[in-house]
Amino acid sequence: MWNLLQIELFKIFRKPRTYLAFAIIAAFIFLIQVGLLVNGKDWMKFMMGSLDETMNIDYNKLVNGYAVCFFVLNLLLVHVPILVALVAGDVVSGEASMGTLRLLAAKPVSRTQIILAKYFATAVYVFAMLLWIAVISLVISIAVFGQNDLVVAKTNGLQLIEANDVLWRYFCAFGFAFIAMMVVAAISLLLSVLSENSIGPIVATVGIIIVCTLVSEMEIPIYQKYIKPYLFTTYMLGWKGFFYIGSTEDGETIKGSIQYLPGILKSIAALLVYIVALVGTSVYIFRKKDILS
Amino acid sequence: MASIIKVNNLSKHFKGIHAVNDLSFTVEEGDVYGFLGQNGAGKSTSIRMLLTLIKPTAGSISIFGKELSSHRNEILKQVGAVIEKPDLYKYLSAYDNLAIFAKMSGMKPNRTVLMEQLKMVGLDERADSKVKTFSQGMKQRLGIAVALVHNPRLIILDEPTNGLDPQGIADMRNLILHLSREMGKTIVVSSHLLTEIELVANRMIIIHKGKKIVEGNVAELLDPSKSLVQIETTNDVDARQKLLQTRWADLLHDNEHHLQLKMNKEDVPVLIAEMVSLQIPVLSVHPMHSLEDYFLSLTTQAGHVESIAN
Repeated sequence: MWNLLQIELFKIFRKPRTYLAFAIIAAFIFLIQVGLLVNGKDWMKFMMGSLDETMNIDYNKLVNGYAVCFFVLNLLLVHVPILVALVAGDVVSGEASMGTLRLLAAKPVSRTQIILAKYFATAVYVFAMLLWIAVISLVISIAVFGQNDLVVAKTNGLQLIEANDVLWRYFCAFGFAFIAMMVVAAISLLLSVLSENSIGPIVATVGIIIVCTLVSEMEIPIYQKYIKPYLFTTYMLGWKGFFYIGSTEDGETIKGSIQYLPGILKSIAALLVYIVALVGTSVYIFRKKDILS
Repeated sequence: MASIIKVNNLSKHFKGIHAVNDLSFTVEEGDVYGFLGQNGAGKSTSIRMLLTLIKPTAGSISIFGKELSSHRNEILKQVGAVIEKPDLYKYLSAYDNLAIFAKMSGMKPNRTVLMEQLKMVGLDERADSKVKTFSQGMKQRLGIAVALVHNPRLIILDEPTNGLDPQGIADMRNLILHLSREMGKTIVVSSHLLTEIELVANRMIIIHKGKKIVEGNVAELLDPSKSLVQIETTNDVDARQKLLQTRWADLLHDNEHHLQLKMNKEDVPVLIAEMVSLQIPVLSVHPMHSLEDYFLSLTTQAGHVESIAN
């Protein structure tokens, strides 16, 4: 299995397409960082709204590395699935269209191992991509903007998280994002097993995410009650929960706490169920499949 | 001699289409076994079933004396294959492609061994070039290197001369003969280019519409004493009726389109003389002794094949 994983990683990381995602991410984050370096205070003032009139706010402190990273993640994580699909949608169908799938499947390794190796290799790619996002959006932002308390907007107002209570939340958020992206990778893998060309699974994955996100966001009771609980997109943005801090009855924030921890754990469980079901289905179909390409 | 491949009553149906139907054959150790058939005859489907790419609808395959379905990995470790086009990873070098498939076959790739393999197919100087820069012939040679890299006992080549120029076809033929004679490999080679098979195979099977037409030793199938002779007359129906009353009746094939007799070549002049004496106007005589004629004869007369095979 380790042998196969090495081969799959070698193939993924020798494809120019793989690095496209890294380049896009770097360019996007760089643009945000430059923008906030120039107009960061204006952006923070906009976020604060009318609070600016009643409180004495030090914007130099609020526009910091943590805040920049939070801004980046809010904008970027919604689009990362497209970049995941770009690679994951190609892992089986790309080989089918290239004609190498028949060579691969005629080798003395089981089809289950082939699919699992491909999925685990995709996991390494997703991990590398999120690490890349973390390094650029968090480490570089901290180096450029410094560290300080993080202001997070909630539905009922703003919340301040002390600087020394932020970093672990980012680790958790990236961990959650990894699980969420692995659901996207699992959808792409399944579509890739069913297809003979690369474009189909990539476009179909993006289409599924768009439709499911729209349905999740629709405030229509029948959708909210009967469909939303079963859509993976409902749980994908759970990473934000790590930045909603718990508070006492008096309204005092509790350092090191998470306000909706059970909700986050439920989201993680739901996403893991999706992964197991989708990867299991991919393995089942691939084992039964006649390779005619 | 031990049987390397034993196929029994193999069938594959795709949504009502019988791609392979009740096919049985045996490949012995050291054979260069020709798998012949026209396009769509079921050759590739059969070969893909030997390589577990397609699951049979019915029947069994045993290779090296073991059931393929239950000893798949053990068997495939000793099998090398080129399946139709030699499709490889275009964005990788020849060396990287070879290393990947060597690893997948259970080998620990060693640069010296891999370079030797590339040298054998004349690609050692292009080892680090990307496959996308290769010609069809070079890709085919690299495909052969991939098939041979783990030193398999059995080599399966599905249409290996497809897309090759005349020199490439000749090189492939020489390679097959080298692998068989010098290295003692058992080789299954499929093609619709019958003259190519005739030059390399010692045994063969001809399939048509998924069914076996004939299987046997190439030399025996081409034995002049068993030649098929096709005679063209001004009225074949009348000629047949007249010949049925003669000593030649037993040699006549039941073919409504052509007047054919399975006979000794030396007897042809005697037959022609007798036909003339019977006032049968003979227009031409075609001795169908090449494999190609034999093949065309069989596959264009599907209803007649059983009698010829017997």
